[in-house]
Amino acid sequence: MSGSITEPSSRQKTVAGTLVILYAIITILPLVWIMMTGFKTGPDSISYPPKVFFQPSLEGYVNLFTSRTRATPEQLATLPAPANFADELARDRGMIITGPSKFGERFLNSVIIGFGSTFLSIFLGTLAAYAFSRFKIPLKDDLLFFILSTRMMPPIAVAIPIFLMYRSLGLSDTHLGMILLYTAVNISLAVWLLKGFIDEIPREYEEAALIDGYSRFQAFVKVVLPQAATGIASTAIFCLIFAWNEYAFAVLLTSGTAQTAPPFIPTIIGVGGKDWPAVAAGATIFLLPIMIFTILLRKHLLRGITFGAVRK
Amino acid sequence: MAEVSLNGLTKTYGATRALDAVSFTVPDGAFVVLLGPTGAGKTTTLRLIAGLEPADSGSITIAGRNVSRESPAERDVAMVFQQYSLYPHLTVRDNLAFPLKSPILRVPAAEITRKVNEVAEVLRITHKLDNKATQLSGGEMQRVSIGRALVRSPAIYLMDEPLSSLDAKLRSDLRVELKRIQADLGATLLYVTHDQIEAMTMATHVGVLDQGRLVQFGTPREVYENPVSATVAARLGIPRINLLPATLFGQAPDRAATIGLRPEHIATDAGSPATVRRVEHLGDQTRLHLTCQGHEIITLTDPHTTLTPGATLGIRPHNPLWFDASGARLA
Repeated sequence: MSGSITEPSSRQKTVAGTLVILYAIITILPLVWIMMTGFKTGPDSISYPPKVFFQPSLEGYVNLFTSRTRATPEQLATLPAPANFADELARDRGMIITGPSKFGERFLNSVIIGFGSTFLSIFLGTLAAYAFSRFKIPLKDDLLFFILSTRMMPPIAVAIPIFLMYRSLGLSDTHLGMILLYTAVNISLAVWLLKGFIDEIPREYEEAALIDGYSRFQAFVKVVLPQAATGIASTAIFCLIFAWNEYAFAVLLTSGTAQTAPPFIPTIIGVGGKDWPAVAAGATIFLLPIMIFTILLRKHLLRGITFGAVRK
Repeated sequence: MAEVSLNGLTKTYGATRALDAVSFTVPDGAFVVLLGPTGAGKTTTLRLIAGLEPADSGSITIAGRNVSRESPAERDVAMVFQQYSLYPHLTVRDNLAFPLKSPILRVPAAEITRKVNEVAEVLRITHKLDNKATQLSGGEMQRVSIGRALVRSPAIYLMDEPLSSLDAKLRSDLRVELKRIQADLGATLLYVTHDQIEAMTMATHVGVLDQGRLVQFGTPREVYENPVSATVAARLGIPRINLLPATLFGQAPDRAATIGLRPEHIATDAGSPATVRRVEHLGDQTRLHLTCQGHEIITLTDPHTTLTPGATLGIRPHNPLWFDASGARLA
């Protein structure tokens, strides 16, 4: 029958599958290359033609997590036997480890600020979206437009006022300051996305719960939240990706205590020559939380990103 | 169970008056059916009683207590919605247990299990208890919705066209079942429908709403035999009452504008000539479509009638209903 929906033929499936695999290879290849570079030695990482097969080394990771100083062979000879493989690896390269690098701290800052601002955006966003979706609010449309309008220019356009404001409020280079900033940027996205999801949940469910003996807040927690889980999960991923990757404000507003990983990783390049394996190792570790978070929430994602595409 | 009274309930949405000073009492243990066309205010009445929306004016008392300012949870009512009312993220069992687990009731776990199984038994959904609510067919979903109301013993059950989305067979089964449950429990029930068979078969009282006003309230027989207006008369009875110009058959009382003829009001032995246009054999009854002086009349006849289209017979009114120009009944 013409015009009817039919199962794709096996040939169509093969073509579609091949295209998807090709696309996946093209997008994943740079990531694989970075992960590989993380396990190369310095010379291997810049060899030409590039090496696909190489002797793996943890040099990049050791360099990423430690600070080292150059030592003469005489000095090295006077030292006791290396305490661990990292010591040994450093000494092979004529270095001694003097202590941990700042990467661990910076990475932890990224985790605190990224997840903190994501949590806050989702928490505030869900409550606001619920209110906008369900209650009569004076000037509702104007308020929603205002919330959206906060994203109408790139946030960096207000970098200088924010810089000055943060300095006088004592928020510069603090975790709280960065969490608030990223929340402010993400909240409009969160409110709008979540309102869309909550709008889709029929009110009858809550009304049924109200009649079944629950308060409005209990109905919200027991009935609305579980059904909004998909929307919350995909919104959370969007918020986290923004906060995690953000570079410009992080450079501008943090230098020590609250510096996140993105402004830190490039500084590795400047320390003792271009240490690409260490940079690649940093990038690899930096990628992991987002990957894990996305994989954990993946069953919600598909529904989340195709949201609104199908009318019931 | 308890008596529920509505006193002068009024509700407007923007410029539309959804309910206009509606007053009636649902006696304890009664099965009251609200009838009326779409937009008459039937669902609004239920929502106001449940407390899902505040009334503009008027009051609601349940068991003598004015509940107008109480939250839905405090009012102790159970409601079955027309659709959408099962919690899709819960299993059938959890859906049924949901009201019992509420902070207001806090039923002990053993009691919950007993109640849920009992109701599942009655509604024949025991084998589906561990399914997700979304894995049920329409009929099963609606039975679970009804079950979720039945697990409780509220002051009143409110049901908003609970059977309208079901197929004919299931609908008639559940109709009998609901009536039986109501009689067994002695439950007070307020039931919205526009299916007149449901109204006639289940109701102890029928309330007819039209454009937000309660136009008549009484037993199904009363409303059928003594309708206050042409609109009410047209709501009950299959085939519908024939509404014709008052003078079609000669003499009419003063002020009468319309004569209302149900099949039992039409004698087919003599009188004005009418032509048979169509004969419908429905099995249990046979409908006769007639034309009389350019007006169409539908009546019933002997199931084994020999009449065929084109035949002529004499018809005359027998104890008809008379209505004035505004549609009001003339005594």
